[in-house]
Order: sequence, then C-alpha cells, then structure tokens
Amino acid sequence: MRTNIHIQAEDFDVADEIEALGGDDIGAVASFIGLVRGGGGLEAMTLEHYPGMTEREIGRIAGEARERWALDGVTIIHRVGRLRAGERIVLVAVAAAHRAAAFEACQFLMDYLKTRAPFWKTEERGGETAWVEARDTDDTAAERWCRR
Amino acid sequence: MNVLYFAWVRQKVGRAEETVEHTPALRTVGDLAAMLRARGGGYGEAFADMGRMRAAVNQVHVGLDAVLSAGDEVAFFPPVTGG
Repeated sequence: MRTNIHIQAEDFDVADEIEALGGDDIGAVASFIGLVRGGGGLEAMTLEHYPGMTEREIGRIAGEARERWALDGVTIIHRVGRLRAGERIVLVAVAAAHRAAAFEACQFLMDYLKTRAPFWKTEERGGETAWVEARDTDDTAAERWCRR
Repeated sequence: MNVLYFAWVRQKVGRAEETVEHTPALRTVGDLAAMLRARGGGYGEAFADMGRMRAAVNQVHVGLDAVLSAGDEVAFFPPVTGG
C-alpha cells in the first residue's frame, strides 16, 4: 500500500497522479480536487501550514483510513503559498479493489484534512486581506465518521 | 520549551517562535496560555478568547489540560482552515 503525501507550492498534474495509483489489482480510483473558489470579489488565497506537524497529521489520517477500508494506495497533495481563483489547492486520490472503499475513504480523508491538518488561509478581496474563519459545518462533516 | 505561533496568532504576538523556560507554574498548556496572555499587548489580544485558540504539543493536537515538559514544542494557532 503506497501513501504519498506532498505539501508543495507547485501545481500538480491530476492525470499523472491518478495514473501512478493504478495497478493490476485495483478496480477503482476515487479522487477529490479542491479549487480556489472565486466570486464575491475573491482574487487569491494564501495558505500557510505548520511544517512537520502537517505531514504527521495527514500521515495519521491516512493510517486511519487504511485501518477502516481495504485500500491499495493513497495520494494527498496540498498546496501552500499564494493561489489565484480557479487554481487547484488539494488533491486526495484513493485506489482500492472496489468503488465503495475508494469513495468513502476519499470523503473521509477530505473531511479530516479540513478539520485536523494544520493549514490556515487568508483571502484577498479588493486589496484587503483577511483570515478565513473555520466553519462548524466542517466539524460536523468530520464528526459523522465517529458514529460508524 | 520552544513555543510556535501560526496565522493570526503569529501576527498578533508579533513573532513566529520563542523560547520559554519550563517552570513548575507552567504545568499545562492552559497555564502557558495564561502566562502569555498576562504579558498584555498583542499577547493579551491573541489569547483573549481561548475558544478561538487551538494548541499542539510536539506536533499533536491537545487540549488546554495537556501537561508540559521541558523541551516540548508547543504551538498555538486558530482553528484550521485547509482543504
């Protein structure tokens, strides 16, 4: 089982990453791509993180996913730095023998990434920069996995 | 102990990290936060509302009741907003 975790400023190639997860025993690859949502005058976001803890925390979340589902590979790429509206922020891709495990693990990883991985972002609108506040709905999304 | 600050916590306190000597009075993360808040100024502002503050010790999420030891890496930051 391969787990690839990358925190980087550069963009990533979605097709290459999904291709890299393929293999003879794999029946499904599910992926999620998060983008900088424009609108409301949003020009760009700048993401910072806690180097060291970020990789550890994402590794721990990936380990938990591996315990819950039969997975063959996990790739998580999260970008940092300044990203303009429309740019990719995050990729979560999961390979498994069957689609249910791939879909569920992908959503689980994303829900936990949003509430546990130490990233913070500012938004730029009309020359003003403001910190993004955490949302309760993200906590609710992560908590539903505790009831299983 | 090495104390790290991130996002608006870093901006308010005006630094990214500092060394704080571990003393018996700083038994928990909450004790350290109270000591930092008592400095006033940007620290007072940053630590005014602990409901908006999160912490990690040695790169693991913890609550305010987590016990500190000499040499710990302690971090204070807002609720995370990645993804």
